[in-house]
Amino acid sequence: MTELAQSPEETVRPVKACGRFIKRFTRAQRYLHAVLFTTFLGLAATGLPLRFSESIWARGLAGFVGGFGAILFVHKFCAIVLTGAFLYHVKDIVARAFVHHEKGVFWGNTTMVGNWKDVKDLIGHLRYFVGLGPKPQFERYAYWEKFDYWAVFWGMMVIGFSGYAMWFAPFFARFLPGWALNAALVIHSEEGLLAILFIFSIHFVNTHLRPGSFPMDMVIFTGVESEPEFQHKRPLEFARMVNEGKLDARLGEKPEKWQLNFSRVIGFTAIAIGLILLVLTLSAYFG
Amino acid sequence: MSKAAQEQLRFVGKMVHVSLPREPSSVDSRESDPADANAGRARARGVIRDAIFAILLAILLFLCWPGRLHAQDDCLACHSDKDMKNAAGHSLAVDGDKLGASIHGSLKCGDCHADIKTYPHPDKVARVQCLTCHATEESDLKGSVHADGKDHPCISCHGDAHTIFPKADARSAVYPLNVPGTCAQCHSNNGMGQKHGLPSIYPKYIDSIHGYALSKEGLLVAANCQSCHGSHHILSHKDPQSPTFKSNIPNTCGTCHAKINVDYSQGAHGKAIAAGKMKAPVCTDCHTAHGILQPTEAAFRMQSTPICGSCHKDKLSTYHDTFHSQLGLLGGYVETARCWDCHGAHDVLPARDPKSPIAPANLVTTCGRCHAGANLQFVQYQPHANARDRKLNPALYFIRLFMNLLLAGTLTFFMIHTILWLIRARIEQVKNNSAIGGDHD
Repeated sequence: MTELAQSPEETVRPVKACGRFIKRFTRAQRYLHAVLFTTFLGLAATGLPLRFSESIWARGLAGFVGGFGAILFVHKFCAIVLTGAFLYHVKDIVARAFVHHEKGVFWGNTTMVGNWKDVKDLIGHLRYFVGLGPKPQFERYAYWEKFDYWAVFWGMMVIGFSGYAMWFAPFFARFLPGWALNAALVIHSEEGLLAILFIFSIHFVNTHLRPGSFPMDMVIFTGVESEPEFQHKRPLEFARMVNEGKLDARLGEKPEKWQLNFSRVIGFTAIAIGLILLVLTLSAYFG
Repeated sequence: MSKAAQEQLRFVGKMVHVSLPREPSSVDSRESDPADANAGRARARGVIRDAIFAILLAILLFLCWPGRLHAQDDCLACHSDKDMKNAAGHSLAVDGDKLGASIHGSLKCGDCHADIKTYPHPDKVARVQCLTCHATEESDLKGSVHADGKDHPCISCHGDAHTIFPKADARSAVYPLNVPGTCAQCHSNNGMGQKHGLPSIYPKYIDSIHGYALSKEGLLVAANCQSCHGSHHILSHKDPQSPTFKSNIPNTCGTCHAKINVDYSQGAHGKAIAAGKMKAPVCTDCHTAHGILQPTEAAFRMQSTPICGSCHKDKLSTYHDTFHSQLGLLGGYVETARCWDCHGAHDVLPARDPKSPIAPANLVTTCGRCHAGANLQFVQYQPHANARDRKLNPALYFIRLFMNLLLAGTLTFFMIHTILWLIRARIEQVKNNSAIGGDHD
């Protein structure tokens, strides 16, 4: 083992010369994503055995994720944490837009709200896929990222409301008709299924598994992206910052090695759990 | 000489002694002169010699007399030998002490083995006919499912004929606590049952609530095999006379479970059975016949909904769509509503009957048993709503349709989008990186 021990640590991938890293996500945004995917995995793992309770794996998975007694507790616990994160996020948006009067929250180049450019980007991107045009130039948030965001936003409201309606059914029945309780389960399970299928297939591939990001886009864990990658992926935002002279203000620290490794462990675990749940879901759906 | 043979001789001796004294006394009365004592003593010695000869003759006669081979001790002279076997290898040994203590202890061997009168015995010995005394039992048995048994029908259950005890005696094979084990000789997963193609009953029974009460608690009142099936006159459950014939089962179980039988007879299922509608369930359809479980246990709650659903198929299907079922199917959870939690168990009644727990006026109470704070709006929830039925539940139908279209539409669009993207990205990657698979950083 002497040769291995004496050899330099990075033999396969030498550290690249270009040293500059550009910040894309704040610490709060990264934590929000971490809370979101942790609780989402928890909700999916405890919700799927209920949704597909007649499948062969339902009882096994229910036992694995905490047993029959704990499955509802885990589901409700994750729901409360996620609700808290959601409310904190809404509060943050409102504060940024209306208290601190931050520009570009609801419109402009940096907004999460969909606009005409996103429609043009979508069409342009599809044309680019089939070789009918050039690759569209993306700003801070591309149209599929905005879709991901709003899908989650809408999903949390729909799933959350229907979930709480079932949890506190006698209370909600004071101002909802009886059939709404029937509807709540249909909506909750269908929307939950959509979220699970979407996140574990479309979001995983678009964001992490496609060539160019494979096997995982680390930016949501580290918050920074190398300058060439940033320039390649967000050409419009990069050009705008260079023109406005704001690039220096966006420079971030190169992520530490432990930080990268830790992020990889967490990220790959999440992706692996998601893919297992996806396979189980599909097997129950088509099996 | 064996102990029994010694006793036999002693016994014969006693009989002779009893009859002896008369002879010497008559001699004494004639020979009253003391001077003649010597001559008399000599004559007396001659008489005693004669007497001893007579005794020996009597013993010989007694031993050779064929009609005397009836008392147990005669037979036990040979049959107490534990290793005694016939030509076929079957044991011919009889334990005299046990026989004496058994209910047949006062009988003579010949009372049952009537064809064995002499020694040596006849070449072919007839099978013992218990009906000589037990005529009713024998005729009951003849009409039962056990009529064509090749083994001796009585001793198969009652055990060795020489050690039969009354059924209230704990040593009896048909003592209540011993009955299941006795029947299990054939009705279990042993060779005998499999040979005759009999279903294995004993393991189910002994793990049931009845079996537990009997074997673990030793409850004599707990149902054993013969409590439901009878003993000698056991009939197939297909026989209308059988206590296990479908329409007779409520009364059979009702022998002990009287209150439940009354409830059942007033419910929809009981009325249907009474009216001859044989598709309606009786006790055993839900509780099963032998593997009866405690109804509050998770295992029973898990197995019972499919049983109701085997007739009420549409209701089971819509129940499966509900949260009650989803949680219930995962096991463990005993709290989630199963069929009878809402409908009642034995006195099941239709919703139009005001006594039914699902009658509209009773719903708040019924739902409120689990859902504290249930109100009139809450109980409008439909536990059997069908989101696939447009006429029955239009609102639910369209909500489900919308959700499904949303799901299918979103996924289809992005699936195409992603696949096209993957192809394009791979083409660009190969073009830019000379087909090395790309740089991940």
